[in-house]
Amino acid sequence: MRIGVLALQGDYMDHVEITRKALQTKKVSGGVVLVKDKDSLKSIDAIIIPGGESTVIGRLLERTGMLEELGSIIAGGLPALGTCAGAILMAKKVRDKVAGEVKQPIMGVMSIGVLRNAFGRQRESFEMELEVGGYGRIRAAFIRAPAIVELWGDARELSWFEHPEIGRVAALAVEGSMIASAFHPEITGETLLHEILIDMVKR
Amino acid sequence: MGWLSRTGYLEALSRFFYDLAELSDSMGLKRQPPCPIGSCGTVKVKVGLPSMLVGGVIMDVTSVEQAEIAEDAGAVGVMVLDKLPYDVRRSGGVARMADVKVIEEVMSSITIPVSAKCRIGHYMEAVILERAGVDLIDESEVLTPVDEAHHINKWVFKVPFVNGARELPEALRRISEGASMIRTKGEAGTGNVAEAVRHMKALNNDIRFLASRRGDEEFLRDYARNAKVSYELVKLVADLGRLPVVNFAAGGIATPADAALMMWLGSDGVFVGSGIFKSGDARARAEAIVLATSKWDDPEAVLEAQRMVVEKSAMTGIDVKTLKPEELLQVRGV
Repeated sequence: MRIGVLALQGDYMDHVEITRKALQTKKVSGGVVLVKDKDSLKSIDAIIIPGGESTVIGRLLERTGMLEELGSIIAGGLPALGTCAGAILMAKKVRDKVAGEVKQPIMGVMSIGVLRNAFGRQRESFEMELEVGGYGRIRAAFIRAPAIVELWGDARELSWFEHPEIGRVAALAVEGSMIASAFHPEITGETLLHEILIDMVKR
Repeated sequence: MGWLSRTGYLEALSRFFYDLAELSDSMGLKRQPPCPIGSCGTVKVKVGLPSMLVGGVIMDVTSVEQAEIAEDAGAVGVMVLDKLPYDVRRSGGVARMADVKVIEEVMSSITIPVSAKCRIGHYMEAVILERAGVDLIDESEVLTPVDEAHHINKWVFKVPFVNGARELPEALRRISEGASMIRTKGEAGTGNVAEAVRHMKALNNDIRFLASRRGDEEFLRDYARNAKVSYELVKLVADLGRLPVVNFAAGGIATPADAALMMWLGSDGVFVGSGIFKSGDARARAEAIVLATSKWDDPEAVLEAQRMVVEKSAMTGIDVKTLKPEELLQVRGV
């Protein structure tokens, strides 16, 4: 099994490490490849879009001519995991809490709406325990994170919590073979989401 | 990077200083900003932010207009300054933190992280920047230091700090004080990348040497003693084979090729100071440096990036050898 990690910008090396750990836990033989151009898209069984700055990753995807191609192969069924910036790039609707409407290149493949910088600035960034429906509790780091505020169609939430200022928000959503998380499992060392991704490839 | 699951030692240090800060808070010094949910400002959250900036470019800006150009060009963050380092060098006098109003305007007009510089040792400037909501504070030698002997105790802050370093012991001292990110000092405002190269190589050579002797406790203890840091931190670096925080290049980067060179030397990303807005082709140059930093390992992409800029428009730059010793910024705060 070859799992690709988009490596244009962001914490892709943390994802490489955690994906290797997840492959070991699942006892699946396979490897992790860094994806920086169109050619490497052809030989992968799943793609991880890391945390980082969604505006930057989006623009670099556009400049390298990968934005549409990656979007269409994910829509065509390539299992995909997007964390934080990755979730923003996969969402069909994106807004920013301070700047409102934003014009940034996105793939727009998942039926979710995200609110960028929903929890505030870096000083309000936080760690907390989350209940993931059917899987148990994991430790999650929200770093200048977005919130998943809208889900429609086949998208469903796997984890949610009540925020004192913005109310009930989803932290984790799935739709078909796509997973979007508002938080960073790779920063707290949790392999659960990567294991779910591996299971999706096996199916 | 993979070290984030092994930040146990940093967390122990952090807890110690954080408990002290909480103690002083409970005695009536209400300094900590509010935290609406979960635990804010933990080591993972603080070291995690710079980790999200990897492969990106942080650009120095002095106005909202420049910040918007930077964001459009694909900057991963901006650094708000009163004057660009080149102008700091020319104007002389005391260089201080930027106007809070300008910082606040920039924060409300762009969506990427906003950083700002405070003077070395100026705890109050840092408190002000944290309160204002700055995402990353640069305790910078480009501004005039206020404390010749000490840096700020950064553990007590909820926002991450970045500090400059010229060599590994200096970087380790800053990490011991709570820095969540390191950058080379280079020689800011010169448009000459030579010093950044020197600092990055010195740092990486030392790390490789430590890694090669990671089983030699006596050697590591001597190194720690000479560097004036703890053995545990030296051991952590030797075991990881890299710094336990993100390490960017800074100081003198002026072209896409400069940025790609620093990435090739092992930087996790770059800061560009005067290089962009002291050039004649700021917008194109900013975009080109972003491309070269992300795709530094693809010669075709670096060539394309270099094609986007005009050498005649690059900042002229200053040969570091012509600077008098008292004009060097890198010797401040070691």
